[in-house]
Amino acid sequence: MSIFIDESTRLVVQGITGRDGSFHARQMMEYGTRVVAGVTPGKGGQTFDGPDGATVPIFNSMDEAVAETGANTSVIYVPPSFAAGAIMEAADAGVDLVVAITEGIPVLDMTRAHAFARDRGVRVLGPNCPGLISPGKSKVGILPGQIVTPGPVGLVSRSGTLTYEAVYHLTRAGIGQTTCVGIGGDPLIGTKFIDCLEAFRQDPDTKAIVMIGEIGGTDEQEAAEYVKAHVDVPVVGFIAGQTAPPGRTMGHAGAIISGSAGTAAEKMEAFEANGIAVARRPVEIAELVAEALGR
Amino acid sequence: MDLHEYQAKEIFRGAGIPVPPGEVARTPEEAEAIAREYGGMVVVKAQVHSGGRGKAGGVKLAKTPEEAREHAGNILGMSIKGLTVEKVLVTPAEDIDTEAYVGVLVDRNGQAPMFMVSAEGGVDIEEVARTNPDAIRKLTVDPRYGLLPHQAYWLANTLYDDPKLARQASKIMGQLYEAFRSNGCSLAEINPLITTPSGEVKAIDAKVSLDDNALFRRPDLEAYRDTADEPRAETEAREAGLTFIKLDGNVGCCVNGAGLAMATMDLVKYYGGEPANFLDIGGSSNPEKVVNALKIITDDPAVKVILFNIFGGITRTDDVANGIVEATRQLDIDIPIVIRLTGTNEEEALEILKREGFEAYTSMDEVVEKAVELANNA
Repeated sequence: MSIFIDESTRLVVQGITGRDGSFHARQMMEYGTRVVAGVTPGKGGQTFDGPDGATVPIFNSMDEAVAETGANTSVIYVPPSFAAGAIMEAADAGVDLVVAITEGIPVLDMTRAHAFARDRGVRVLGPNCPGLISPGKSKVGILPGQIVTPGPVGLVSRSGTLTYEAVYHLTRAGIGQTTCVGIGGDPLIGTKFIDCLEAFRQDPDTKAIVMIGEIGGTDEQEAAEYVKAHVDVPVVGFIAGQTAPPGRTMGHAGAIISGSAGTAAEKMEAFEANGIAVARRPVEIAELVAEALGR
Repeated sequence: MDLHEYQAKEIFRGAGIPVPPGEVARTPEEAEAIAREYGGMVVVKAQVHSGGRGKAGGVKLAKTPEEAREHAGNILGMSIKGLTVEKVLVTPAEDIDTEAYVGVLVDRNGQAPMFMVSAEGGVDIEEVARTNPDAIRKLTVDPRYGLLPHQAYWLANTLYDDPKLARQASKIMGQLYEAFRSNGCSLAEINPLITTPSGEVKAIDAKVSLDDNALFRRPDLEAYRDTADEPRAETEAREAGLTFIKLDGNVGCCVNGAGLAMATMDLVKYYGGEPANFLDIGGSSNPEKVVNALKIITDDPAVKVILFNIFGGITRTDDVANGIVEATRQLDIDIPIVIRLTGTNEEEALEILKREGFEAYTSMDEVVEKAVELANNA
């Protein structure tokens, strides 16, 4: 099994005619994701040309796209100024999951978009996230499909390339994944570590979990307590930003140590105190997982 | 983007919040002239992007214009937490009865704006939060409705028993929320909000942080950006579209992705080195970005080695390798460069780099160890 996306995922790409949207729509189709619709206001009625002669109908609105194609998931590649609106449009159209790739959305826009989606029971992943992939089944977002392989590890991370790094080592060690989820580097994200742990816990195929966190906020600490209380499979953790100075935003808008809260040391301590094996270097992540799985 | 006190006060005045007058001086003579204009006692306040100005001696009361000049002379040029003071704010001194704290920020957990108020103002609110958390009252605002009148009144009532004061404070709460919202702030703070013996409520210090992601809506606020106390390299990087933060070490880091960049810095430290910077060059193989990144890194004379750590996912690593080769040809770099590329087409990438005479690796640990060794022996 897998979490959040699988073979039944029917995807709409919001912003499919843009530079990033069109590139990644093709990448997702090549991976095998069922891309059933695209949305670009003003371009309804046109078609998007995918790989190998495949075509995707384009609609003016999410409402039409969902009504016509039965899409249940959307992915957003629209520019920051329109992205919060696109999230709310998707939530209103009745998809189950909205994956917001866009980086740089104003935080006050996101306070409204998250509240709107929550009221409608719609899961938002991101924003400013690489998306997610269930190896061999479906990928939604920008994760490179060639570095994953099916297997028993569930992975959840706030980072992009650091996630690829960890997955790459797992795959090279012959350890595959159920689903890899990039939850995003913004301060306000729709799906947190705990939500992913909850989903992995209910997935019988996930035999071990990797959590990759970074400085800023307290989500990792809360997730660590959740692990101790509810998660039965082994969990391996890593925190980036041990050398980050306080008060400086380290690339991700959410990666900032404010006051005494959100340091890497604090998070690593919380992991250790709650039975999570802490990797000191990225390469150790795969080693600790192999150990936990008895390989 | 953090604003100076005098800039934050301009925003607050624009929102209707009662803020005493004030003018900025860049020389002791200007400070004296401003003090003479106001007459009476004035406060001379250092304008730097740092807290703890008072403790550092950057805030002084002056009884006469001559004294204002003297204080300004001492404060201008002083260093507060590594930042040089280039401007002071001169403002009339107020008679103070009570001091309170009022702040609104974006709460990560509640995913909404949150007010924090405390009758214990004038001090570091994080200190109050640690030592006496019950002294802080919090209120989450639903961003779809804004701060409702009864909520503003509730906040005001937690500060003042006197209805006349509470009424004024309630109005200020609403004005502060509006300033926070309409300027795209991530933080707007009045500390202290004072009451005077004559029964007025006023904001005598102000702090505002703007959400960088919201600046596109208010390009006018860009004028508040003060790059004087920011390392020049950071200003250049921002203008080149790179995320760069200067640190004190000697290993120059050039990495794609913020998380991997932090993990690379951590690994430099793990192997006994010190990173010279945080730098995220993003996912593209564009040689121009690499050229800009290399220029910024090598501008720092402390840097003894350049370390590339690139994970090629959708961007192929052989493309990235070609980008690095092209970029280094355009520049005259006299310190060693070590490169690690992993991911799609890594064998081809290594071949390209080795053919051009670079030290190239696929293991992150190996390349970082090598970089640290080169830096420590330089």
